[in-house]
Amino acid sequence: MSKIHVTTTVNGDSVEFLADPRETLLDCLRDHLDLTGTKEGCGTGDCGACSVTLDGTLVCSCLVLGIEAEGREIGTIEGLAQGHELHPLQRKFIEHAALQCGFCTPGFLVAAKALLDKNPNPTETEVRYWLAGNLCRCTGYDKIVRAVMDAAEEMRKEAV
Amino acid sequence: MAKDEFREFRLVGTRPDRPDGLDKVTGRARYGADISAPGMLWGAVVRSPHAHARIVKIDTSKAEALSGVKAVVTRADFPTGLTGDEWDLQENTMAGDKALYDGHAVAAVAATSKLRAEEAARLIEVEYEVLPHVIDVDDAIKPDAPVIREGAADATVPEGMPPNVVRYFEHGRGDLDAGFAEADLVRENTYRTEATHQGYIEPHACLGQLGEDGKGEMWVCTQGHWFIRKMCADVLGLEKSQLRVTPSEIGGGFGGKTTIFMEPLSLALSRKAGGRPVKIVMSRSEVLRATGPTASASMDVKIGMKKDGTLTAGRAEFRMQGGAFWGAPVDMALDCAFAAYKLPAVMHIGYDVLANRPKAAAYRAPGSPMAACAVESLIDEMCRELGLDPMEVRLKNAVREGDRSSYGPKFKSIGLVETLEATKAHPNFSAPLGPNQGRGIASGFWFNHGGETSVTIALSEDGTVTVSAGTPDIGGSRASIALMTAETLGIPYENVRVNIVETGALGVNEPTHGSRATFATGKAAVEAANAAIKEMCRRAAVEWGIDPEAVEWVDGAAQPAGPNAGKFPPMSIAEIAGNMGSTGGPISGHHEGNLGGVGASFGCHVVDVEVDPETGRTTILRYLVVQDAGRAIHPAYVEGQYQGGAAQGIGWALNEGYVYGEDGRLQNSVFLDYRVPVASDLPMIDTVIVEVPNPGHPFGVRGVGETGITPPLPAIANAIHAATGARLRHLPMNPPSVLAAIKAVKGG
Amino acid sequence: MRYHAAKTFEEAASIAAKADGVTRFLAGGTDVLVQLRAGLVTPDDLIDLKHIDGVQDITRLDDGGWEIGVAVAGARLGAHEALCADWPGVVEGMELVGSTQVQGRATLTGNLCNGSPAADGVPGLVAAGAVAKIVGPDGMREIPIEEIPAGPGKTTLAKGELIAAVRLPARGAGGGDAYQRFIPRTEMDIAVAGCAINLRVEGDTITEARVAIGAVAPTIRLVPEAAELLVGSTLDAATADALAAAVSAAANPITDKRGTSEFRTEVVGVLARRVAQTAYDRAKGDRS
Repeated sequence: MSKIHVTTTVNGDSVEFLADPRETLLDCLRDHLDLTGTKEGCGTGDCGACSVTLDGTLVCSCLVLGIEAEGREIGTIEGLAQGHELHPLQRKFIEHAALQCGFCTPGFLVAAKALLDKNPNPTETEVRYWLAGNLCRCTGYDKIVRAVMDAAEEMRKEAV
Repeated sequence: MAKDEFREFRLVGTRPDRPDGLDKVTGRARYGADISAPGMLWGAVVRSPHAHARIVKIDTSKAEALSGVKAVVTRADFPTGLTGDEWDLQENTMAGDKALYDGHAVAAVAATSKLRAEEAARLIEVEYEVLPHVIDVDDAIKPDAPVIREGAADATVPEGMPPNVVRYFEHGRGDLDAGFAEADLVRENTYRTEATHQGYIEPHACLGQLGEDGKGEMWVCTQGHWFIRKMCADVLGLEKSQLRVTPSEIGGGFGGKTTIFMEPLSLALSRKAGGRPVKIVMSRSEVLRATGPTASASMDVKIGMKKDGTLTAGRAEFRMQGGAFWGAPVDMALDCAFAAYKLPAVMHIGYDVLANRPKAAAYRAPGSPMAACAVESLIDEMCRELGLDPMEVRLKNAVREGDRSSYGPKFKSIGLVETLEATKAHPNFSAPLGPNQGRGIASGFWFNHGGETSVTIALSEDGTVTVSAGTPDIGGSRASIALMTAETLGIPYENVRVNIVETGALGVNEPTHGSRATFATGKAAVEAANAAIKEMCRRAAVEWGIDPEAVEWVDGAAQPAGPNAGKFPPMSIAEIAGNMGSTGGPISGHHEGNLGGVGASFGCHVVDVEVDPETGRTTILRYLVVQDAGRAIHPAYVEGQYQGGAAQGIGWALNEGYVYGEDGRLQNSVFLDYRVPVASDLPMIDTVIVEVPNPGHPFGVRGVGETGITPPLPAIANAIHAATGARLRHLPMNPPSVLAAIKAVKGG
Repeated sequence: MRYHAAKTFEEAASIAAKADGVTRFLAGGTDVLVQLRAGLVTPDDLIDLKHIDGVQDITRLDDGGWEIGVAVAGARLGAHEALCADWPGVVEGMELVGSTQVQGRATLTGNLCNGSPAADGVPGLVAAGAVAKIVGPDGMREIPIEEIPAGPGKTTLAKGELIAAVRLPARGAGGGDAYQRFIPRTEMDIAVAGCAINLRVEGDTITEARVAIGAVAPTIRLVPEAAELLVGSTLDAATADALAAAVSAAANPITDKRGTSEFRTEVVGVLARRVAQTAYDRAKGDRS
């Protein structure tokens, strides 16, 4: 099965890779581009650990083929911090102890950022439903939800 | 509420950022599947689609002929003649004569790419002779059940027991008959819990390399890399010291990553592929089908109670299956069953039963949630029948320091009464309830554990400190170990780096299990720090020309102990470290041992539910966890353990459970149908940390990881009963079961 | 697996018609990729439809109806205010499919063509009286949505045929629709039972109604006998009870890992009563 050449943009950088048409975007990010911050927890779109943005839309990278990335813009956890400056969500996750094992954390952060980009002032219920596709088995979600709400509040204050 | 003498800590009890936080929010932290190596191959595993089948023939020729395939292994590639636990591990790693469950590995292949390895695995042809199977524990214990493994019973099993009973337990004390005769109410019921999976989000992953010379390396996500080393070496017939195992960051374990599954396969494939490293990453479906869930249980409990709530006697008879191998945690379940109660007479009977399911692994407080589900439900039912307040009954019968436990030893300092009192005082305990809503409470217990531990701390030239620890950090233990070390040394938290080191760097460490990392590794780190302090004081004494006994360590510096010792300014850790090259060389401290002084932990949960009377769906409205931590070193991560345990227990109670078809195949091997709680299923989980210090730990730590999964099962059953009048005695309490129970109450 | 990025529906149909192995169309990919990954289906030919003009469009038709392109993801339906105002039941059904992440990819047409009796996106379309525009070797035709599912995992589409768009009728005055499903959790599950109702009122009286049920029979289906009970009523308690009974009577579910037959039969009736109330309130002008 011959591979297909793909040119795409990841976290603002133009990149190229060769993909077997059966490979998912998740496989390509991890195995071809060494971007291992995006995790595989299920491979069926049920856990959200592989969350990335595709042209700004939040998706599971396990449900996108690598070859579909041609000409698109991908955002991953590695692009969340701006240089040395952590995104407020990243700081708040550490501050609130919103991670235990940390494996689901990249997916939660990417998904939460997509929420706050769309809705800067979500209710607790909105946060919980938006993040329902991100499984965490360690925390019971309590501290994650608090961290997202707190980051949103800080970002609203900064925006004023 | 703490009955501790006043003691002020500089760092213990604060909430600093965890040392590995930055790596984990930026995606830099390296987990099991995140490492690659030059020349690396990918492995894939062929698994049995049958619950029980004789393996007639395995034809690997087509796979071997595929370009890029470098090795294929079957059981024929493993050493023979193993016995006991080692044989069980080998048998579970790869099937021999028979496949014993759906998902049992029968062959493995290594190839130059993941896709190629998967293709090759599909080309391996296995001929099976399907045998009768048995899944349910009550079926498996029948005398005429299909025999899973001849001769697997150990010496505890009396003659004449059914063939799948492999361990038998019987112990108790007091006069049971007299106890029941003395009671005003005696009730006996049967309770059942389904097997659940730990559900860690990171699938098992490893990268193994093994040469013909028997020297090898492994990178693996595990709770305990010395366990991995020992088990892999046993299964493959290697010398343990020749295998070097490095733990990756670990994406959850909950007990499930304390043993081996595909790790020996990567080594066996590597050896056959000329020593090229082989990476194997399980799919979620493989995790659910082939790694260790917990046991399923069928439990008879009988309790005697007086009209005033005094308990007179308890009897527990538990049947548990833990898959096709011994190891269902029936012994621990029995010991936990009545642990919270003063009972004059108690009897425990248990059966460990084989079934055609994957080999059970530990899951957070193994056995305790099932036992609590039975006992705490029955106590609640009897309180209702006698019109008693279930909290007051728990307080009346609560064990205290000095009481003999139901399982034997006398309790040292424990905090059950303090926990129950703190629960009563919390606003959730008296919040108003609406229609179709109900409140349930239940207690929980875990022993906690010390175990084999080896820790070294070493001074760097600038006076900062590294701690070499052997317990992988699953939930923030680097932070708690750094806090305790820095507290002891009198230095800033930031000046301590905790490294989880590979198997060559320390003596044997047990895994991060038994709620032991902060207790045991923390205790050893404190002792190691004290050893380093002793040496630093000695160096100062030599410099000052005074007796080492005349030097004390205060606020991160050596100083003369009182005016008679001499007048010298304090010598800081940085000064001592800066000069250590010329004062005798490196300074480190080490401590190891089989650490005792463990303190048990009790908890009490309060849950409010609302049940939709038309659909049977249960919504968790409020949830409260109160638990004795002994001492919370980093309270945020203690709360996290309480909340996480509660969430797993809620899942177990309501919607999780292994579902098997008539053919013995697991039907819900993806997260779509293995229903762990999602964010929108849960409310905030309130916590109260009770601190009754454990005298066996320098800071009073008990261990907090496990107790929290125990009470939710019965607490939710009790709450559903309060909301609907229907009693559920079989988990999961999913909507069809709850609706049927509500209709049965209405109809009856 | 050969990957084709078709530029027109005719090209896609032609590739599919000529293919002699397993063919799959790729729109959102949320079913195809799961099947591929699990090794259940590895297509010989995978035909990507996202490069065809117009497949991402939501278009108001001249008659007031709507045309929804085959690659429009669920999240975009939910963000379309005018469509949500006309057909809230259709949109809320699609929005229940999967997580936020899945909503970024999954499409109404894919949900339909996957052929699941439990597809949340489909009962709303059936109740709405939507039709599918189908392109095939013999040209274009339109058929009602309810004629497409043929049983679990199967459709009535012939080899080489594919859906080019879904069309919703004009909403018109006094209309309201709604969908609910039952799942054990709050999110992320496959429907155990589902019900969509679309109706029209004049004053307080229901003048038209369509009732569709999901996950309680081999295909999503209409229940005309339940709809007839609604017409002429003001959705009084007796009508609602009769509706629930009629819907439960029409159900013919299986027992599986997601629910028992008995439970599904009962709960689909409960849903019908609740959904009818929402649709009725919406028809009367309460848009919540």
